[in-house]
Amino acid sequence: MVADPKKNATDERLASLTLPQESGWLGSARQNALARVKATGLPGRRDEYWRYTNPAALVQADPGTTVGTPQADPFDAIEAVVIMVEDDRVTLTEDLPEGLEIMRLSDAGKADIHWARDIYGVLEMRGSGPVPRPLAMLNTAFATDGVVIRATGKIARPVHIRTVGKGDLILHHVVRVEAGASLTLLKSGTSGARANTVTEVDIGEGGALHHLRIQGPDHHRHVNTHVFVRQAAETTFKSFTLSANGQMTRNEAVIELTGDNAVSTTACAAFGKGDFHHDDTVFVTHDAVNCQSRQVFKKVLRDGATGVFQGKILVKEGAQKTDGYQISQALLLDDDSQFLAKPELEIYADDVACSHGSTTGAIDETALFYLRSRGVPKRVATDLLVLSFLAEAVEEIEDDGLREHVGACLADWLSQG
Amino acid sequence: MTALDDVQVKDGVAPDVRVKDGVDAETVEAVKGLSGTYKHGWNTEIEMEYAPKGLSEDIVRLISEKNNEPAWMLEWRLDAYRRWLKLEEPTWAMVDYPKIDFQDQYYYARPASMAVKPKSLDEVDPKLLETYKKLGIPLKEQALLAGVEPAAEDRKVAVDAVFDSVSVGTTFKAELAKAGVIFCSISEAIQDHPDLVKKYLGSVIPASDNYYATLNAAVFSDGSFVYIPKGVRCPMELSTYFRINAENTGQFERTLIIADEGSYVSYLEGCTAPKRDVAQLHAACVELVLLDDAEIKYSTVQNWYPGDENGKGGIYNFVTKRADCRGARSKVMWTQVETGSAVTWKYPSCILRGDDSQGEFYSIAIANNMQQADTGTKMIHLGKNTKSRIVSKGISAGKAQNTYRGLVSMHPKAKNSRNYTQCDSLLIGDKCGAHTVPYIEVKNNSSRVEHEATTSKVDDDQLFYCRSRGMDEEEAVALVVNGFCKEVLQALPMEFAMEAQALVAISLEGSVG
Repeated sequence: MVADPKKNATDERLASLTLPQESGWLGSARQNALARVKATGLPGRRDEYWRYTNPAALVQADPGTTVGTPQADPFDAIEAVVIMVEDDRVTLTEDLPEGLEIMRLSDAGKADIHWARDIYGVLEMRGSGPVPRPLAMLNTAFATDGVVIRATGKIARPVHIRTVGKGDLILHHVVRVEAGASLTLLKSGTSGARANTVTEVDIGEGGALHHLRIQGPDHHRHVNTHVFVRQAAETTFKSFTLSANGQMTRNEAVIELTGDNAVSTTACAAFGKGDFHHDDTVFVTHDAVNCQSRQVFKKVLRDGATGVFQGKILVKEGAQKTDGYQISQALLLDDDSQFLAKPELEIYADDVACSHGSTTGAIDETALFYLRSRGVPKRVATDLLVLSFLAEAVEEIEDDGLREHVGACLADWLSQG
Repeated sequence: MTALDDVQVKDGVAPDVRVKDGVDAETVEAVKGLSGTYKHGWNTEIEMEYAPKGLSEDIVRLISEKNNEPAWMLEWRLDAYRRWLKLEEPTWAMVDYPKIDFQDQYYYARPASMAVKPKSLDEVDPKLLETYKKLGIPLKEQALLAGVEPAAEDRKVAVDAVFDSVSVGTTFKAELAKAGVIFCSISEAIQDHPDLVKKYLGSVIPASDNYYATLNAAVFSDGSFVYIPKGVRCPMELSTYFRINAENTGQFERTLIIADEGSYVSYLEGCTAPKRDVAQLHAACVELVLLDDAEIKYSTVQNWYPGDENGKGGIYNFVTKRADCRGARSKVMWTQVETGSAVTWKYPSCILRGDDSQGEFYSIAIANNMQQADTGTKMIHLGKNTKSRIVSKGISAGKAQNTYRGLVSMHPKAKNSRNYTQCDSLLIGDKCGAHTVPYIEVKNNSSRVEHEATTSKVDDDQLFYCRSRGMDEEEAVALVVNGFCKEVLQALPMEFAMEAQALVAISLEGSVG
């Protein structure tokens, strides 16, 4: 009998976890996910979907040790409804604006009937359709807790989930934006030794969600995230992630446009050095008429850092008038860094305009020379050019205040190196 | 009857009048000259000799024996065969076809008249000569390919004609020999130039390369061999024409082209097969070796029988093509027009090993009805200052699926290298699919890689413009598509460009309305 390293790793990881004992809908969703993850197995080095990222650090039973000190939260200055998550302890606030409902996942699971039941594990399972996402399945089965949020009106104040992790964090959030409602969701924090988070987002007709996430600048981050989004007709989903430093980051976004005239934007600005490994994996499915999807991914890599982008736009038969756009760009600041990309289109409808572009190269020597000839020191000139390169992704943030805030945060971190 | 004929009768106006300024009269002419959807679907009634059906070590030995091969060649084949038994059929391509029964095929079929190899073209069975004449490739040492008006200068094309499992003849051998060029079938080369074959065969595509290449290494029956000596610019274009005729027979040919230092050759490849209800297998290998300053231009018009509109029959085309730019400043250019085959699985690649070497890939892939094409290229940059360019145009119509799959890899040592990739897909009809699967791997920062891809439908404004000038819809689509493909068509040698342009129109027939 030949040893199967993938199966061994899966067994070992599953043995290291305990399934939360819950009855009711949450319990059965967990059982379902556990069966799926057992059948699929956790990702291995030879899986095509993990071609450019070695999943070992995310899969192995030992999460590693927690390094790093808690720092000021980048969203501290933003007035928001703050939810603190310290490991598996979720602290809610009483002070909620009208039209907003927030609960712990564990509490929602105790209710016989809860709206989250139709979303928890459901969108994750849909998103595991064409390509299995076993780390998300694992999360659905073993999530220690999470936050369930429901917006029934236009909520002006953002909701801020602030996580402080220490050990091996597995969190699962569920967001429901009802028809015509809108919400801004901020996420930040430190991941601890390792974090696996899943966020499932269901947007009802005419609803809108702005999803803004900052990862970093903690250097010892090992994190994999999944955001599953289902969009009904006339909805808007806008997501932006700022990723600074970290050793292993894999952010997966799985978006399904199920209603006509929906708009979906995903953007990320990432920079790091050395053992920084940053992987953006995006899968957008167009299953309705006249939808727009847009992805803007920018990475700046130095001192042997690795950037990965896997993006796929799937346009199903009948999804006419689709407008799909995708750009992935990397700036390699030295010869040791690398960028690996797989931008894919799979199209079954004829009346569409889909395009993707991908470029990789060094910093523009002419621009650098121009700045230096005007007396700007090389380091500052490089930072300026890096900033302007990443700014194109930051531009995707719709809210002026938040955009400026994130831009300032980015500039500050860049200047610190 | 083509739609063009309809127009002629319907309007009662001379077609020349309808062709206005700016409309490519040649395109319309070329389309008009061809009728029926697949014009090479006939077969030649000829007495054939088959090896027993199925695949085994004995069959491998038999093929080797038929070609009178030395022991080392047989060993190479057997080694490949044993490897192949352990391999699994790849499933990653976006193609879907019933499982191939490798035991339900003939691996060797030759016309009975070829049992004794003809010493010259005069001795070749007239039926075979007639076949090639009918295909527009007369096997006489005439100056030109049929259908092309004489050009100002004397253009010659030498042809190696492969019929099922054997090469039936090679033209202009003597004249090429004067320049030092060796152009013959690979089975002859194994006899006459064993040192060259031994040195280069399998050096670009090892016998262990992939499932179909390994199968090919075990059972290849013939193919073409070219050697261009140092500093020689091949005095004429070389070509190979592959014809599958026998039923239930796979064609496995192997082509090896060696361009020594400072040499140049332009090589053309064409292929057709009769219409049959049962799908047939074609698994070829093409190896190109380029030494310092050498240049090879390799052009293919692939027009295997695509199967009928319900997906019955057609050729399963699994081809491994690779060029190794070993020498500095060497340059290779792949140009392909893929219109035929029920299933295409083909990725002509360039290994840019020599410093300053260049690779180019121009492709048009058309899939209509139930055709499936998964094709693209690999550009592997290993040397410094290497350059590559990829222009791929995919057109899907009917219920066809068309995929571009490619790799651009910049190794850490490939400093100052450059790649530009453009993949455009065009969809005609709402039941077909167009897919793009590029892999981009950049491992140094002095190189620049740019990739862009678009997918769209035939532009309504352009169609309307053509229609308002009196063209019918099919004609208008053909014209717009030819415009879409222009960049690639221009990269083809003249004779092929003509044929390709006409083929684009033919392959799309019945795709509108």
